[in-house]
Amino acid sequence: MKHVSDYRDAELVKGLLQELHETMTKPWVVMEICGGQTHAFVRHGIDQLLPEQLTLVHGPGCPVCVTPLELIDKAIAIASRREVIFTSYGDMLRVPGTARDLFSVRAEGGDVRVVYSPLDAVQIARDNPDREVVFFAIGFETTAPANAMSVVQAKALGVDNFSLLVSQVRVPPAMHAILGSEGNRVQGFLAAGHVCSVMGYWEYPPIAEQYGVPMSVTGFEPLDLVQGLLDVVWMLEQGEIAVRNAYARAVTFEGNKPAQKLLADTYETCDRAWRGIGVIPESGWRLKPDYAAFDAEKRFDVGAIQSRESEICIAGEILQGKKVPTQCPAFGTTCTPEHPLGATMVSSEGACAAYYRYRRSPASLSRSGMTHENGRD
Amino acid sequence: MCLGIPGKVIETYEQDGLLMGKVDFGGAVRESCLVYTPDIQLGEYVIVHVGFAISKLSEKEAQETLEALRAVYILEDEIGPEEA
Repeated sequence: MKHVSDYRDAELVKGLLQELHETMTKPWVVMEICGGQTHAFVRHGIDQLLPEQLTLVHGPGCPVCVTPLELIDKAIAIASRREVIFTSYGDMLRVPGTARDLFSVRAEGGDVRVVYSPLDAVQIARDNPDREVVFFAIGFETTAPANAMSVVQAKALGVDNFSLLVSQVRVPPAMHAILGSEGNRVQGFLAAGHVCSVMGYWEYPPIAEQYGVPMSVTGFEPLDLVQGLLDVVWMLEQGEIAVRNAYARAVTFEGNKPAQKLLADTYETCDRAWRGIGVIPESGWRLKPDYAAFDAEKRFDVGAIQSRESEICIAGEILQGKKVPTQCPAFGTTCTPEHPLGATMVSSEGACAAYYRYRRSPASLSRSGMTHENGRD
Repeated sequence: MCLGIPGKVIETYEQDGLLMGKVDFGGAVRESCLVYTPDIQLGEYVIVHVGFAISKLSEKEAQETLEALRAVYILEDEIGPEEA
């Protein structure tokens, strides 16, 4: 497949890995922000081919994982109402709330539907004018333009039985939170390629400067991942603080201007709670007052909700890069993708799901092969 | 969720006031919203995420990256002929 297979060329990946090994002279700690990249590293087995002195820390870039429990409980309460058709990206359905998940709402007769695109949710609203259609608008900057367009389109077409439950998060404030936290060990970042496709990377040089942390905008194929790491390690070794772009075919410094304009017209920044991490200032987006009529949190009064996290799950520490999934006693035993205790075991970007799927034991490791040829989904 | 898939734009049209298109992902064709890549031409590649093209793929950048890497890591005669 064009723009995919070239970047899985084993010879080129080997060459770049060799250079990475030769470039490393000191131990370094690098974080990949994006959960999609966590999965790609583990799926292709690249993390096991890295120099021993290079520590990869998995970041919080999994929107399903960081959506606060209170909001999931609220989603469940809204989805349980008779007049509501609740629409969501598929990953959200199995994320455990305090008492149950969205799947169990559906099992109990609720109308919960998975959509591929937010525009599909608008269409469902047009097809069901006597029902209330709510879309669970989760995601980082990558997903924000799609989510925002649904409400713009609903307003333009006069679809007033449509609303958004917004849980929209932004990467730069999370970088500040990680780098400014006590005991931070991250020395370099792989900036998330598709977040930067939308936003560009003009927001990052001031962060790199402030904390003395080099970054490279990185794609998702094996070649992209190793190139991003090589960029960051090279800068760390040279003492250079800059933001490089290892994903130039899909990312420009300015990013996608039409998308940024629509976001600025639709959303305003707000403080937002990240599950397992806490409130990060200015880290979220909410609908602007012009779109308040389409805000599901305003439209539906669900009363007071008492949310309570699992006492066993360590997803919070995993999301902050403090622990890896295999350090959790529940991993692969009482917590599996079929019966998850936390969101990191559910999402296709969650670190626990990646480890479960590709790295449960040395035996499963050798069975799965973890090669470029058979590592595809 | 931030996964994006590269695909070739093979048809464009307007629907409910939005620029839409058919995008070919290695044989599987899907409808995508092209409103964020308004200057897209037929035959060009986009990255599609949740049904929206979020970025046009730069053929020039892709070629330059691959050529630079191949020049360093692979001998010319190992590459084989260029695809038509």
